[in-house]
Amino acid sequence: MILIFDYGAGNIFSLKSAIERLNANVKVVNSLDESFDGLILPGVGNFDPAMRSIRKYKKIIEEAVRSEVPILGICLGMEMLFNKSEEGRLKGLSILDGEVTILPEKRVKIPHMGWNNLLISKDSKLLKGLKNNSWLYFVHSYRVKPKNKSIVVGEAEYGIRFPVVVEYKNLFGTQFHPEKSEKNGEIILRNFIEMCRK
Amino acid sequence: MITKRVIPCLDVDNARVVKGVSFVNIQDAGDPVELAKMYSDEGADELVFLDITASEQGRETMRNLVREVAKVINIPFTVGGGIKDLNDARALLLNGADKVSINTAAVNNPSLIKDLMRIYGKQCVVVAIDAKRNYDLKHRKNVIKTDKGRCWFEVYIYGGKKATGIDAIEWAKKVERLGAGEILLTSIDNDGKKDGYDLILTKAISHAVNIPIIASGGCGKPKHMLDVFREAGADAALAASIFHYREYTIQEVKRYLKRNNVIVRL
Repeated sequence: MILIFDYGAGNIFSLKSAIERLNANVKVVNSLDESFDGLILPGVGNFDPAMRSIRKYKKIIEEAVRSEVPILGICLGMEMLFNKSEEGRLKGLSILDGEVTILPEKRVKIPHMGWNNLLISKDSKLLKGLKNNSWLYFVHSYRVKPKNKSIVVGEAEYGIRFPVVVEYKNLFGTQFHPEKSEKNGEIILRNFIEMCRK
Repeated sequence: MITKRVIPCLDVDNARVVKGVSFVNIQDAGDPVELAKMYSDEGADELVFLDITASEQGRETMRNLVREVAKVINIPFTVGGGIKDLNDARALLLNGADKVSINTAAVNNPSLIKDLMRIYGKQCVVVAIDAKRNYDLKHRKNVIKTDKGRCWFEVYIYGGKKATGIDAIEWAKKVERLGAGEILLTSIDNDGKKDGYDLILTKAISHAVNIPIIASGGCGKPKHMLDVFREAGADAALAASIFHYREYTIQEVKRYLKRNNVIVRL
């Protein structure tokens, strides 16, 4: 079973539908009391309220990362994996080392909203089968700055070049929304589901 | 590089897609779920649904419809029309809308923008501004020269029926400050006329704020989209009838834009 954690803020239904269209078992939850083959931290909401709803499960998530259960953080869901964010005052999950800062406001419109091309920087399990420069749908105002640059497998350019896909063992994060990215997004979700089945 | 977005808009009344001229004269144009799926498959970059139903019963129908649409598409999906408060917005977001577009409620109660932003994040909050040229210039700050004389842009609410006296440029700046993630800007003068977007209006708003602008009202051919991207700085262009009546497909429009050096997703 793949769980989608619902912070109680926004559209989880689209993500659930996208996973169901790929014939995977998926359930939306607001606690992590049951076991799972995969976990998705979705990308809708605001940093502090979302952190408030998930921080008590930090240990469970850390344990899942250690035992290499596939976890996918989408947008805010990825941002929360880091130490802190300029969007909020609360601490992040600190599973990945680094911070989240606002995009360079002076040069571009914020939020970065729309379709942008993915610059694949290295081989990745999550991006398998996806061509370089594939279009993906972004909507965000913040970006992640991982301390460990080797976890960055994809970047995009918007005012500056910044990381948009991170991968550490079976922990994945995307700044874009695969569930909103048509066929390219489906490739990514299918890769994730495959890993959950192993 | 980020692309310019081409967005079909579906005006929905009692679960049917309709389209009018200058906000009246409504005609039937098809089944919303079918059209949504078709546009998504054809390469639409996003979809916008505007609920023009007046009744409470119609609202419930709309929520179910949003759910049916969200099941079949995998592109971003904005729903607007008739959202009065946080509860209305929540119901749509929980049924599969990615963003909600608020208009009258935002004017009547601007703090709704802030409340929505705090709970759901900026990316969920689209403020729709319906603007109309007003040539009566008494005490006006943002006066702009047009081919038809000097005017200012006035915000209208209740589906274009009520003038507010509010300057659209000032209002755009305010909604940005309050936490809107995007502005859906409709020219009431041009809506449904298929003579092109109001480039002067779009340019003025686009220059006034640093959030994305969806231009709306007046698209009759691909050239109009090219103009609004190239000359008015729009980030996205919305159109209804040219797509619903199959005058152009999304692909045709995008290929045309690409030939003219606009970056689009093809």
